[in-house]
Amino acid sequence: MVLELQKPRPIWQIMFSTHHTDVGLLYLITSLAFMFMGGALALLLRVELFSPGVQLIADSMTYNRIFTVHGTTLIFLFILPSASAFGNYLVPIMVRFKDMAYPKLNAVAFWMIPPAGALIWLGFADFTWYAYPTYSVVSAPGPAADMWIFGLKILGVSSILGSINFVVTIMKCKHPDLPLSKMPLLAWAYLTSSLITLVAVPTFAAALLMLLTDRLGASGFFNPAMGGDPIAYQHLFWFTFHPEVYILVIPAIGFMYEIFPRFSRKPIFSHGSGVAAFTLLTIVGFASWAHHMYATGMSFTEKTVFMVGTLAAVPASAMHTFNFLATMWGGRIKFATPIMWAVGGIALFFSAGAGGVVNSAMPLDFITHDSYWVVGHFHLFVMGTILFGTVGFVYYFFPYVTGRMYSEVLGKVHFILSFVGTVLVFFTQHILGLFGMPRRIYDYPAIPEWVQMNIIISIGAFIIGIGMAIFLWNLIWSSAKGKPADMDDPFGLGGKYYFPYQAKNPSH
Amino acid sequence: MSGHSTWPEWVYVGVVIALLCYVGAEAWNIERIVEHVPEDAEIIKVTGQQWLWTFEHEDGTKEIGELHVEKGKAYKFEITSKDVIHSFNIHDYVVLLDAVPGKINTVWFSPTEAGEFDIQCREYCGLIHYNMRGTLIVEDNGA
Ligand code: HEM
Ligand SMILES: [Cu+2]
Ligand SMILES: [Cu+2]
Repeated sequence: MVLELQKPRPIWQIMFSTHHTDVGLLYLITSLAFMFMGGALALLLRVELFSPGVQLIADSMTYNRIFTVHGTTLIFLFILPSASAFGNYLVPIMVRFKDMAYPKLNAVAFWMIPPAGALIWLGFADFTWYAYPTYSVVSAPGPAADMWIFGLKILGVSSILGSINFVVTIMKCKHPDLPLSKMPLLAWAYLTSSLITLVAVPTFAAALLMLLTDRLGASGFFNPAMGGDPIAYQHLFWFTFHPEVYILVIPAIGFMYEIFPRFSRKPIFSHGSGVAAFTLLTIVGFASWAHHMYATGMSFTEKTVFMVGTLAAVPASAMHTFNFLATMWGGRIKFATPIMWAVGGIALFFSAGAGGVVNSAMPLDFITHDSYWVVGHFHLFVMGTILFGTVGFVYYFFPYVTGRMYSEVLGKVHFILSFVGTVLVFFTQHILGLFGMPRRIYDYPAIPEWVQMNIIISIGAFIIGIGMAIFLWNLIWSSAKGKPADMDDPFGLGGKYYFPYQAKNPSH
Repeated sequence: MSGHSTWPEWVYVGVVIALLCYVGAEAWNIERIVEHVPEDAEIIKVTGQQWLWTFEHEDGTKEIGELHVEKGKAYKFEITSKDVIHSFNIHDYVVLLDAVPGKINTVWFSPTEAGEFDIQCREYCGLIHYNMRGTLIVEDNGA
């Protein structure tokens, strides 16, 4: 099958290749590397917060830089590239085309990521992943802040190029016998998330430029001392980044649409409902951005509008959850590692969504906003849903790329540790937020409840860390020494459950 | 698509929508009530700056880091900032509003219990953000 990496080739042949599976592999390895790096930073933060007082990190500026680079890395250098990785592998196959529409552009989009990553990591900025003015304009130390701005600029262009490629590949290169409505849901995921990217990301690209010229003193868009308005930045930022959360989550949902039917040995409950839910999210996701800004002093009417806009997007997510459960219902489920991650992922997706509804309800947001509750909320999505879906898919994909099987036992241990750890960390963070602990603080007063909960959270984080170390070992060891996979049916499900039903059978 | 029935999905989506409508309506109603400022509320000017809070009462007295108020009275905070965005927070009384330079945000509260409560900053504002804390002291003057 096309995905195999079995014939060893010199590394530069892969690096300079424009073939979609090679670019996919580059994306995959890069994104996983950044996942481990960003995760390591999180462990440093958790050591520091284990108890009040200085533990490990000598000063608050270093702590602030670490959480900034942690968030930036995992969103932009892990989640987005890992989605592109699988999109590169699968979208051309799913639409039955020989490659991406623009192979060279594809390679260019990938090769923008390493320099951007280098700018972010070498700069190590401190102004949080959202770089709000006026702090970012008048106070954040350079050159770190400027390097971050350039890094994000490059990543924005890269994801726009990548999205153009997905949209064109799907709309123009799709095999004429395959109607759009019959296209696999994972391909639909790439179509919709790419469309969101094309509409949402340019706004932030503009805001970044304005931020840069403001920092240089050449303009005062966001600087009240020069007649500007810092809140304007927040609108531009969230106009991009609320839709961005759907850009992040939709591919992960798409992975689950591949995993559930295969391992349940049953077709998807409703293809149409999946398509409808993706399309709904794409549109309604643009109506809710200012739910991040209730506390900036918006009027009652504004708050109401954005609350309604936010709640309107929930049924679409609920439709996906239903579809997954209904697909498993009555199936002959084989509980191999990939579906365990997917099942864990929907359980956490559901809890995360419930917390999101609480945030959206205006009076309640004044309790949760910028507290640890919010940290818990979005991590249940980015870790509990997106990372779980992605890691499950990495396991699912492993034999196709390496020709070998990962260790099933280690995969399951990894899942159990991650699930337990995720619940310990992020559920507890919700409660900690209700007790009033602000996010982004280097140290905290010894309020007994805060201390206890921080200890639980740190222990949970170390449990996740152990799981991730096992994952790394499993990936490296199994790709070299794992037992050769039965390429027709690596998971022993019976061959016809494999590859996208529209694509060629793998054994051909 | 495949010939099975889809009504369970419609019922489920209907239930979800009903719940959301309930949450939305309730939130709208409560927010409308809590945003209604009492006529007799005393004004306290709150200013955030890196990294402390200053307060100015109606009679002109100023305080730094500590805020004295009386139990049972209503107060309206007029919040702004001298430098970067901060967020003024008294968690026990669900007072939370950004202190934005060049802008005055208002929120009101009425302390119902005497004692000391934490004041903190909830928007990242740099080096000492973690320790931009203060104390609210509610006095019971038998009023
Ligand atoms: C679909 C996946 C989702 C992801 C990836 C996601 C991610 C995030 C992130 C990253 C933040 C915090 C940003 C920050 O302050 O740093 C956030 C906050 C928020 N989310 Fe979500 N979210 C998702 C779904 C939802 C849903 C379904 C709802 C509502 C029903 C929701 C409502 C909110 C609200 C209201 C906030 C603002 C909380 C606050 O700062 O006070 N989110 N989300
Ligand atoms: Cu949002
Ligand atoms: Cu602060």
